[in-house]
Amino acid sequence: MPEKKIRVLIAKPGLDGHDRGAKIIARALRDAGMEVIYTGLRQTPEMIASAAVQEDVDVIGLSILSGAHNTLCPQLMSLLHDKGMDDVTVVLGGIIPEADIPALKKSGIAEIFLPGTSTQDIVEFIHKRLAQ
Amino acid sequence: MSDDSKGSTQTVAPAEPSSHHRKPSDREKSWEQNTLRPTLAKNPERQAEFTTVSGYPIQRLYTRADLAGWDPDRDLGYPGEPPYTRGIHSTMHRGRLWTMRQFAGFGAAEDTNQRFRYLLSQGQTGLSTAFDLPTLMGYDSDHPLSEGEVGKCGVAISSLADMEVLFDKIPLANVTTSMTINSPAAVIWAMYLAVAEKQGADWKKISGTLQNDILKEYIAQKEYIYPPEPSMRLVIDTFEFGVKNTPKFNTISISGYHIREAGSTAIQELAFTLRDGLEYVEWGMRRGLEVDEFVPQLSFFFNAHNDFFEEIAKYRAARRIWHKAMVERYKSQSPRSWALRFHTQTAGCSLTAQQPYNNVVRTAIQALAAVLGGTQSLHTNSLDEAWALPTEFAATIALRTQQIIAHETGVTNTVDPFGGSYFVETLTNEIERGAWDYIEKIDALGGMVAAIERGYPQREISEASYRYQVAVDKKEKIIVGVNDFVTKEKPLDTLQIDESVADRQGERLRKLRAERSSDEVTRRLNVLRKAAQGSENLMPYIFDAVKSYATLGEICDAMREVFGTYEEIAIT
Repeated sequence: MPEKKIRVLIAKPGLDGHDRGAKIIARALRDAGMEVIYTGLRQTPEMIASAAVQEDVDVIGLSILSGAHNTLCPQLMSLLHDKGMDDVTVVLGGIIPEADIPALKKSGIAEIFLPGTSTQDIVEFIHKRLAQ
Repeated sequence: MSDDSKGSTQTVAPAEPSSHHRKPSDREKSWEQNTLRPTLAKNPERQAEFTTVSGYPIQRLYTRADLAGWDPDRDLGYPGEPPYTRGIHSTMHRGRLWTMRQFAGFGAAEDTNQRFRYLLSQGQTGLSTAFDLPTLMGYDSDHPLSEGEVGKCGVAISSLADMEVLFDKIPLANVTTSMTINSPAAVIWAMYLAVAEKQGADWKKISGTLQNDILKEYIAQKEYIYPPEPSMRLVIDTFEFGVKNTPKFNTISISGYHIREAGSTAIQELAFTLRDGLEYVEWGMRRGLEVDEFVPQLSFFFNAHNDFFEEIAKYRAARRIWHKAMVERYKSQSPRSWALRFHTQTAGCSLTAQQPYNNVVRTAIQALAAVLGGTQSLHTNSLDEAWALPTEFAATIALRTQQIIAHETGVTNTVDPFGGSYFVETLTNEIERGAWDYIEKIDALGGMVAAIERGYPQREISEASYRYQVAVDKKEKIIVGVNDFVTKEKPLDTLQIDESVADRQGERLRKLRAERSSDEVTRRLNVLRKAAQGSENLMPYIFDAVKSYATLGEICDAMREVFGTYEEIAIT
């Protein structure tokens, strides 16, 4: 029987339209054999949490470049908790000042990928994390 | 609609390198035989293929043989004369340096006002305003979707009251201001004009630039509100208003910058930007404007990426294409319409979070390409921008970089120093040809609006962006400090913008709504709504609404009710 494909939701929360990174990651994860759903632009935390439940994903990948991460990430994490989705792995990529990283990780974000991260590193992280 | 999806995914082949047509001279053949071959036999080159950052192939050597058929009088010309390959002014930077225009904006209006005044005091020669995401999307700072975004990517402007603070003690009669605003451009411009009027500045004399380029929003930057048709109407409304009222103001800055940042190649940046330009010209003429009446107020905005020669060739080709299109397609009679004027910004996407001080070097080289390519105005990025908005320290180095190029390097002493270089002339020809191929492809799709609705430019950029990422991941392209020469560095001090900005803005909006005449606001918004349903120019109605202190969100909402909103089909 073929192994179950890892299901990933790639989401762009907030008002920002810079989707280059989100689209590259969506395609790289797909090329690595994962099932990828891309939400499109301007998703509220509510929309992302609902989509995660509906699509029954293993991983949520957030792309934020606007500086709104400290507001949007904790909101999403608390919504996921309310929906019983604590086991979903949430990763974040974008323009994130180093000083903000500890609090984001504390809110439950599994990893934060900064500019310059290779797509292989992200693929490997997801495989390792889900194997745990 | 017929199923053209296959056709629209077809990639335009890169322009055929000139090597295919080369007829080397006997001298060159003998060099190849006697000098080159023995060297290659002993020491092969470092790579099988050398390409630009866009993946465009570059030959080992360019000679006379690459310029067969090239006529310097026709193809190069003289500066200040068609086809403007060498620049749009006869003396270029000997006569006047480019405008040093650093993009700035963060926090509330008073924060940015202070940064503006600091930059002017440091020798900056023009202003450039960055607005925050709620403003770019036509939401007030206290809208629920604005939460977490107020003042983060730029300055928060929700009403004329904020605009008055933004330009407090800055005389708009004397300083030129660029405003990076697109979907709500007409509203923000009306606020600017209202401030100018209050300061007693003559609209006929004030100068500046409104970005106002909605097409590249659908293509790349994605800050759109309304569907293409009403959005284009608003753009043409500003053209028409500008022709009559503000003849020195650039009513648009047709932008390749964001297209390149989204991952396009240099040829795509050039082609999509110029094809956007042609689209605006056609819509303006359809409105009944004479080509030479409004085209002189259109300006351009390009990226300056890492590949030095590719960028210089791109700017030179841009001027040649625009001149040809204006004369041949639109029968323009005025040199003011033929000369492509442009602003440049160094490539934000080239900056690295790793070893951030290296970004000063990258930016300096990119800025040098822009200057050698004949830019009229320049923004240099700050070293810390892969982490956050720049600190004053970082922004000052960025400005100093331009001043060093202007006053120390000597590159401004002569016009178009690369003119006549076998390589640069060949690359200029090839980039021009590659851009025309795309322009003609988009013509065949029915123009840029039709091409955007089919996702054509979006898909081309996505493909190029992914190809580049794969090349970086495979280390076929080296980025210093990222995929090679890696070291650990201690974190930078970055600019922090906290939520107190949102609180201050919320308070200011509550006060504004309490103090203004709500009857007058409602009346003017109703009149605007009614006008939007018809076909009149909306600028005077927007201006009236702005002056009653109707907020940006209220004005944009009135138009949302009439025009609806746009959702793109996401391509991954």
